[in-house]
Amino acid sequence: MSDVSYREISRNGLWDNNPALVQLLGLCPLLAVTGSVVNALGLGLATMAVLVGSNAVVSLIRNRVTDAVRIPAFVMIIATFTTCTEMLMKAYTYELYQILGIFIPLIVTNCTILGRAEAFASKNALIPSIADGLLMGLGFGAVLLVLGGIREVLGSGTLFANMDLLFGPVAANWSIQVFGSGYSFLVAILPPGAFIITGLLIAVKNALDTRAKQRRDALKARPVKGAKRVRTTGVVH
Amino acid sequence: MLTKSIGFNSLVLAAFALVTALLLASTYLGTKDQIAESERQAAEKALLEIIPNERHSNDMLVDTLAIPQQFWSKLGLHKGGEINIARNHGKIEAVIVPAVAPDGYSGDIRLIAGVNMDGTVAGVRVLSHTETPGLGDKIDLKKDDWILSFQGKSLTEPVSSKWQVIKDGGEFDQFTGATITPRAVVTLVKKVLEYFAEDRPRILKLAVPASSATKQQEATDE
Repeated sequence: MSDVSYREISRNGLWDNNPALVQLLGLCPLLAVTGSVVNALGLGLATMAVLVGSNAVVSLIRNRVTDAVRIPAFVMIIATFTTCTEMLMKAYTYELYQILGIFIPLIVTNCTILGRAEAFASKNALIPSIADGLLMGLGFGAVLLVLGGIREVLGSGTLFANMDLLFGPVAANWSIQVFGSGYSFLVAILPPGAFIITGLLIAVKNALDTRAKQRRDALKARPVKGAKRVRTTGVVH
Repeated sequence: MLTKSIGFNSLVLAAFALVTALLLASTYLGTKDQIAESERQAAEKALLEIIPNERHSNDMLVDTLAIPQQFWSKLGLHKGGEINIARNHGKIEAVIVPAVAPDGYSGDIRLIAGVNMDGTVAGVRVLSHTETPGLGDKIDLKKDDWILSFQGKSLTEPVSSKWQVIKDGGEFDQFTGATITPRAVVTLVKKVLEYFAEDRPRILKLAVPASSATKQQEATDE
């Protein structure tokens, strides 16, 4: 399919249509597990894996499944990938699996995944669907990561603590003590802090978008009459 | 027409169920051993923190003894449990007792407590809890070394009335802003010691003889 632009897929997944900041999907795990970077990264990667897998399979079968059984079939696919991810995490990152607990099986209920299956993968070819899953997953994971980072620094005063849960013993001393030991700011670790910081992130994104739009409009509105030559440097008055 | 479409759709879904079941089954078979190994390692890691390798020569994970039902409620174990026995060349050094405190600030606090055969605490570790982050979670060794303050304590040292947090007139620290959590843990560790004192004769008598325990270990080694 040639009408799918990868540029647009990337823009949509990472920014314009970001699952967490714009579509506001998957907020439950987003708020629950972003107390630290390692938790956020773990869930982000797991979600991305499920998203890529389900998008790929949904795309492959998109012309063979009738509308009547489309949704149940999609749910079955997503549940399968989630359960496989859960077993793999249990096998290779057991401690992280224990920390993330119920939120790994709950990836099934993350609306982002069924949403992408419905809105994109069921209408597009295999490769664009995989790209869409990957970038939507990246967009979701990036928000998780930023939120996890902010909450970990504000709440516990550390960054990248316990990264060995995900990367093995190599990462045991990646932890950075940002504030003195014994520092802790409770609100940031608790769910209300997650809400507040998510709100701030959305506000920042909207402010950036508004600024970009104003700049674009200003450029468009500028009259070009009398412009006889093209200037490539400096400011045109 | 309708029956035809129902039949066709059912077949499609059935095919899906079959394929996904196959996929799940193969993932399960592929990860089964690794999962069992990870679980074993996690369980062993906690035991080894309390009784390090220098202090025992047996496999504590297989050298277990069921806790008699009369002690279940005292230790907060609704479904019963087993103690792990640490032996050094046949001689019992210590036992590790699982226990659950239902009276924490939020939810159960699951811990294991090692007790030396002379009745002193070898070490306590919290396995899982849902206490408030930043306040009650200092019972976790990752956050604070408070849990180490039990080391070497026994039912006589300090005396029974001092087995409480400072706020209640005892000698164990509470945390700023959190008294309920440490209170629950202190009470539970005391209960574990009381259980051990009562059950000690039975443990000495019934614990699997050293020879068969080593045999078991050899069997698993092969």
